Amino acid sequence: MAITDIKRYAHLTEADVEELSRELDAIRSDIEESRGERDARYIRRAIGLQRALAAGGRIALFASRNKVAWVAGTAMLALAKIIENMELGHNIIHGQWDWMNDPEIHSTEWEWDTTSPSVHWKKSHNFIHHKYTNVVGLDDDIGYGIMRLTRDQRWERWMIGNPVYNMLLGTLFEWGVALHGVETTKYRKGEKSMAEVRKDLRIIGKKIGKQVGKDYIVFPALTGPNWKHTLGANAVANLIRNYWSYMVIFCGHFPDGAEKFTREEFESETQAEWYLRQMLGSANFHAGPLMAFMSGNLCYQIEHHLFPDLPSNRYAEIAERVRALCDKYDLPYTTGSLGRQYWQSFATIAKLALPDKLLRATADDAPETHSELKFRVREGVRESFGQDPATGKRRGLRTALREMTSGELVTA
Amino acid sequence: MGSRLRSLTRWSMAPARDVDTALTPKVNVLRGLAARATTPLLPDDYLELLNPLWSARELRGVVVEVVPETEDSATVHIKPGWGLSGNYRPGQYVGIGLRVDGRWHWRSYSLTSTPRRGKKLLSITVKATPEGFLSTHLVNGVAPGTVVRLAAPKGDFALPDPPPGKLLFATAGSGITPVMAMLRSLRRRGERPDIVHIHSAPTAADVIFYDELRQLDRDEPNYRLHLVLTQETGHLDLGTLGEVVEDWHDRSAWICGPSALLDSAEHVWEEAGLADALHMERFTIARTDKGGEGGTVRFEISDKTIDIDGATSLLEAGEKVGIQMPFGCRMGICQTCVLPLDSGYVRDFRSGDEHGAGDRINTCVSTASGDCTLKI
Repeated sequence: MAITDIKRYAHLTEADVEELSRELDAIRSDIEESRGERDARYIRRAIGLQRALAAGGRIALFASRNKVAWVAGTAMLALAKIIENMELGHNIIHGQWDWMNDPEIHSTEWEWDTTSPSVHWKKSHNFIHHKYTNVVGLDDDIGYGIMRLTRDQRWERWMIGNPVYNMLLGTLFEWGVALHGVETTKYRKGEKSMAEVRKDLRIIGKKIGKQVGKDYIVFPALTGPNWKHTLGANAVANLIRNYWSYMVIFCGHFPDGAEKFTREEFESETQAEWYLRQMLGSANFHAGPLMAFMSGNLCYQIEHHLFPDLPSNRYAEIAERVRALCDKYDLPYTTGSLGRQYWQSFATIAKLALPDKLLRATADDAPETHSELKFRVREGVRESFGQDPATGKRRGLRTALREMTSGELVTA
Repeated sequence: MGSRLRSLTRWSMAPARDVDTALTPKVNVLRGLAARATTPLLPDDYLELLNPLWSARELRGVVVEVVPETEDSATVHIKPGWGLSGNYRPGQYVGIGLRVDGRWHWRSYSLTSTPRRGKKLLSITVKATPEGFLSTHLVNGVAPGTVVRLAAPKGDFALPDPPPGKLLFATAGSGITPVMAMLRSLRRRGERPDIVHIHSAPTAADVIFYDELRQLDRDEPNYRLHLVLTQETGHLDLGTLGEVVEDWHDRSAWICGPSALLDSAEHVWEEAGLADALHMERFTIARTDKGGEGGTVRFEISDKTIDIDGATSLLEAGEKVGIQMPFGCRMGICQTCVLPLDSGYVRDFRSGDEHGAGDRINTCVSTASGDCTLKI
């Protein structure tokens, strides 16, 4: 049933966890102290590129009857939307660029180019998802209230549609994100009144009006006789953005190895353990510089969850240091190719459509969720592995996981 | 019909409602209509890529020229961008933001230009002070073409119209700047009140606008300049003001300079029961030495005040006095609680960094570092 004793699961002592936390703090302060003109230029150029692409795409689509113009316009517009949502919107709203003290590039001022109002996003994502990351029952992002993504969540009949919901969510992603702000799970639990829901819906409705007005009324109308082609191009650009954002987010949170945690774990958690939960709860995927940029540097999801408000252009260098720490503490660093990460996520979604009685693995030892009980050896739970007597190297979680797979470690 | 037109106009300008305009708010009808296509941005956000001055989202300007005045002071001429009204009063100051190593830093300086129809250049005169990080940059390091941010001119240190018949100006160091704007404007408008001007500086070479002041003294019979060169004669003692200006009691007094000068002026004028005749401009807020030790927090819009120690966050302080403070994670990661700091200094618990006026701060992880004011 997910991880309750995070230290035991991670094979670390309290002193280890504290030391790890100090080392992560050191990374944070190194980055904070070295932020400067180079970083500021990066985000300004990203913004310039994004706006040029958006303008270019819109202009090309004035000739949307022409096939080449249609393809070029749609591609530029889709790129612009992706960059705006991922590298700009998501990261700026996180406060990654607040240090520049520029009100035009600031978490309090930025409204992003999607149907979700940034004021809701700040609550549902920055606050709830980033504070309660992967705590079952607290983090709404585990399945967004419409899917079962870990067997820690009780199966209900409607979940049989898991793969269908998944496909619909990918297709309608921006609408899903917008509705996420209503916090339907809270409403269902009775923690939110209908009046509050209505108020949130009004805010969302207003934003939707503006977004839909732009893509499906203003620009088609401006392009006159080509209006149908422009409308289609805008819809396709939105769709491309939807699928891509969905991919990036799913590959950061639902591959095997992105662990889940129990409420008890969260309630007794120290700041140092918060760090550890973020490390164990997220997943990266391999990306070159271009793909990293297009993913808003969320191919470094682990680093992003450790330091949600450090500038995204520094995640690559942070990743090297985090990997080194994983080696030092013998912790797993969950990463893989985009294809592999997506396949694992999809396999989980498909499997969990079924009730637990049809599934083999338990919630203590399944691909998508583990607990410290996974390491239950015959005489109870085994203590921290300590040192390898031969090499003097630390033997921790990563080694334990490896030995369990290879059969060297036999559990009860 | 009229009301329908009005509501159509209102609807058109809605997305641009809060944007500053230089001439008439009607421009925002156009801007608002165009914003239907650029939402969530303004058309300005695209036009700014073509010309940095074509945006009124944030007021801005381009540095045209930096003219040295003395060894350590210079006048910065700025061409303002869209949205900045040329309608300021001589003696007022302007907030100026300069980007240094990726970060915008803000300070306020008195305008030394005079408002004129059709002539849009603004100028500020800045003296580099050893502790003044930004002033040093402005005096030595700003290349023409640099884009700066501006805040609309404000301040009460401005002559009424028409001006009083008899004036006393007492200035020291860079405190001359707002008074220079007043002198220039009076002269240009052909107004000739009776002025005595006492100005202090260490040596003649340190007097900003020395030639211009001298010329005024020569040309204008109603203007008398009394220079106090402190390296030769020591500081001016306002207690013996009567020896320099016999009729100072009858004059409307306008004083600008370091805190010591202002404090003693306050004392002298109060003693004489003439506090109403005294107008002063204070540039600096006393800053605590060590910081992070708490202070008095003022919440400007709610008009509430509380004393806190250096361990209480500003968020908690606001909640204690019953303000609905925005908050989320309460651990400094979600940015829900960010508020603009209006004046004073605060310290970030996590990094120990001090933030000054114009910065936006996470109230959940910051505490007062001396007295400060938040805009909520």
